[in-house]
Amino acid sequence: MNNPVTNTARLLGAGLRALLVLTVVCGVLYPLAVTGVAQALFPAKADGSQITSDGRVVGSSLIGQQGYGLDYFQPRPANGLGENSVNTRYQLILSGATNRSGDNAELIEWVREAKAKVVRDNSTPGHPVRPSQVPADAVTSSGSGLDPDISPAYARLQVHRVAERNDLPVARVRALVDAHTEGRTLGFMGEPRVNVLELNTALKELTGR
Amino acid sequence: MSPVLAGVLQLLALTAALALVHRPLGDHMARVYSSDKHLRVEKWIYKGIGADPDTGMRWPAYLRGVLAFSAAGVLFLYLLQRVQGVLPGSLGFSSIDPDQAFNTAVSFVTNTNWQSYYGEQAMGHVVQTAGLAVQNFVSAAVGMAVAVALVRGFARSRDGALGNFWADLVRGVVRILVPLAVVAAIVLAACGVIQNFSGIHEVGQFTGAPQQWNGGAVASQEAIKELGTNGGGYFNANSAHPFENPTPFSNLFEIFLLLVVPFSLTRTFGRMVGSLRQGYAILATMATIWLGFTALMMWTEFAHHGPAFELAGGAMEGKETRFGVGGSSIFAVATTLTSTGAVNSFHSSFTGLGGGITLLGMQLGEIAPGGTGSGLYGMLIMAVIAVFLAGLMVGRTPEYLGKKIGTREIKFAALYILITPALVLVLTAAAMALPTPGDSMTNSGAHGFSEILYAYTSAANNNGSAFAGLNADTQWFNTTLGLAMLLGRFLPMVFVLALAGSLAAQQPVPATAGTLRTEKPLFSGLLVGAILIITGLTYFPALALGPLAEGLAS
Repeated sequence: MNNPVTNTARLLGAGLRALLVLTVVCGVLYPLAVTGVAQALFPAKADGSQITSDGRVVGSSLIGQQGYGLDYFQPRPANGLGENSVNTRYQLILSGATNRSGDNAELIEWVREAKAKVVRDNSTPGHPVRPSQVPADAVTSSGSGLDPDISPAYARLQVHRVAERNDLPVARVRALVDAHTEGRTLGFMGEPRVNVLELNTALKELTGR
Repeated sequence: MSPVLAGVLQLLALTAALALVHRPLGDHMARVYSSDKHLRVEKWIYKGIGADPDTGMRWPAYLRGVLAFSAAGVLFLYLLQRVQGVLPGSLGFSSIDPDQAFNTAVSFVTNTNWQSYYGEQAMGHVVQTAGLAVQNFVSAAVGMAVAVALVRGFARSRDGALGNFWADLVRGVVRILVPLAVVAAIVLAACGVIQNFSGIHEVGQFTGAPQQWNGGAVASQEAIKELGTNGGGYFNANSAHPFENPTPFSNLFEIFLLLVVPFSLTRTFGRMVGSLRQGYAILATMATIWLGFTALMMWTEFAHHGPAFELAGGAMEGKETRFGVGGSSIFAVATTLTSTGAVNSFHSSFTGLGGGITLLGMQLGEIAPGGTGSGLYGMLIMAVIAVFLAGLMVGRTPEYLGKKIGTREIKFAALYILITPALVLVLTAAAMALPTPGDSMTNSGAHGFSEILYAYTSAANNNGSAFAGLNADTQWFNTTLGLAMLLGRFLPMVFVLALAGSLAAQQPVPATAGTLRTEKPLFSGLLVGAILIITGLTYFPALALGPLAEGLAS
């Protein structure tokens, strides 16, 4: 009875039983209970905060998108985003950052190019953009690559371009940006920001396209 | 308001919230671990395990319980990943390769949550929810159990028993972690963290084709991921992913969650050893280091030295707009001074010195405030060392909380603090010396070295964060990092429990005029100094080659 092998086996058995019982508590009951409560109280949020425009889902207010034309406000770069490399029958977005260090040659080049592009795209006749006006978020990739927001400074920088391309008065577009600028939560949490998808959805409604 | 001021206010709000909660929570935990009563659900669980929760265990028996339970955990999680391809509810995802499945199983059982996989493309509902998230609970509860066993070693006299492992484990889950996690998960869901089982489905986009999302039980996993200082994200981007951390408030709340249990355990410690002031001395030590590191991090990140950041006009690479530099700096320090390793911004793209602060935070042994349980026992080991150093200075036999720190005790403490540095430095040196591991680096030069140093530091200290440029999904890294995690978790536990057993068997000595007053600020100061000097001496050469070289060059 007291030989080491049976003792070890008995102990491992107890460990395994403990694990299975606790798996029922923490791995089945707990997530199901939380799902029930979350789906009952905040169904829209629990399903991903989707935004509808013209009766069509256009995405989530939380998930940034790439590929807006220059008629629209541009999001932050997302050089760290990837596509799935396994289970490839799906086309999944892999969230992620570039993980480049501050002295990385490639990152320095990306920032330089992004800055030149922001200056070029947003300079309109009579309203040139200087490189020093370009805020940091406009030329860097976020941590997730899915940052839904840009800084109010970057949004304002794009106002003249967007107004010109959509034949809208600059003041009208600026008012739209101001209306979509969210301050710090309770005045001190996080940073002021503008949600790009919400802003572009409102812009689309304004232009009636 | 300037971003710097907003960052400072967020830190103050966090401190206030922790100060408010640590007393009731710490007292509650002390009651949980001291109570004679069993809840009905606990009795069912003990019946299921087939264990008697009232048997006192001496340290070898307690250790065997820890090891058996953890071994079962590794085995179960390994097999679950290996058969994922045929498991229902797994989105049709294929099984995980052996080396990665080993690495991941060890990673979650050791409370590390190092991830060499991409959550959104590799792990289905069953593995995430019934495998990984379960270990988030139980690995944290094991850490707390070991910490409580050590505290009992100080509190008890001439009684070799340290409590019952199964009772401590089950109570930690049922009475502490699950109730907290339920509340936290619902708060997170209210902020916008997703919680559904919709799996992979299409959602329209503003332009172009629909995108495919992977929907799962994220809020429930996020809550325990922070509370249990685990850190393994549902998605690759971890807490930077908007579905895991959608708002500035959820960000502060998650930082609060990952700090609250470790800080509160100092109160539990004070209660259980019968002197709240002893708990405050430990708390003050932890808080001093935490606040100091956070201040340094904010300073270097707001100053944004480094060619790319200076060109961009700010250190926003790898950081989210809604958190900004302030919210990212606070998170980065909290996650590396605990054993969490969740990230809301990517440490590899921090300034050179900022990256160094995250590294040093882990190298301190994650004791300020450290992981759930592991932070407290790590800090108490350092307190034993500090008492010993003070004893050497005045030529007295050192004692702590009425227990003599003799040859046997100091040997266990010394072995404890030697294990992790040995693992980190030897394995880093091996990876640098061998021809192929270096191919995994994304960055070159000092930063490339930091990527590898960071990986082994993170694994051996059971943190789990990364300088994620490193491609760690290779056989070499999966295997060696897995071993570092295993040895870095369980060898220290052996010495902690051995020390606890040795202390519990002692008769307390009465305090005299010559006894070092360990509840006084002077002792906290001595402890901070001992921690910084011991770690500094151990890791300084390695840090000089990596983050210091990078930081000073820019």
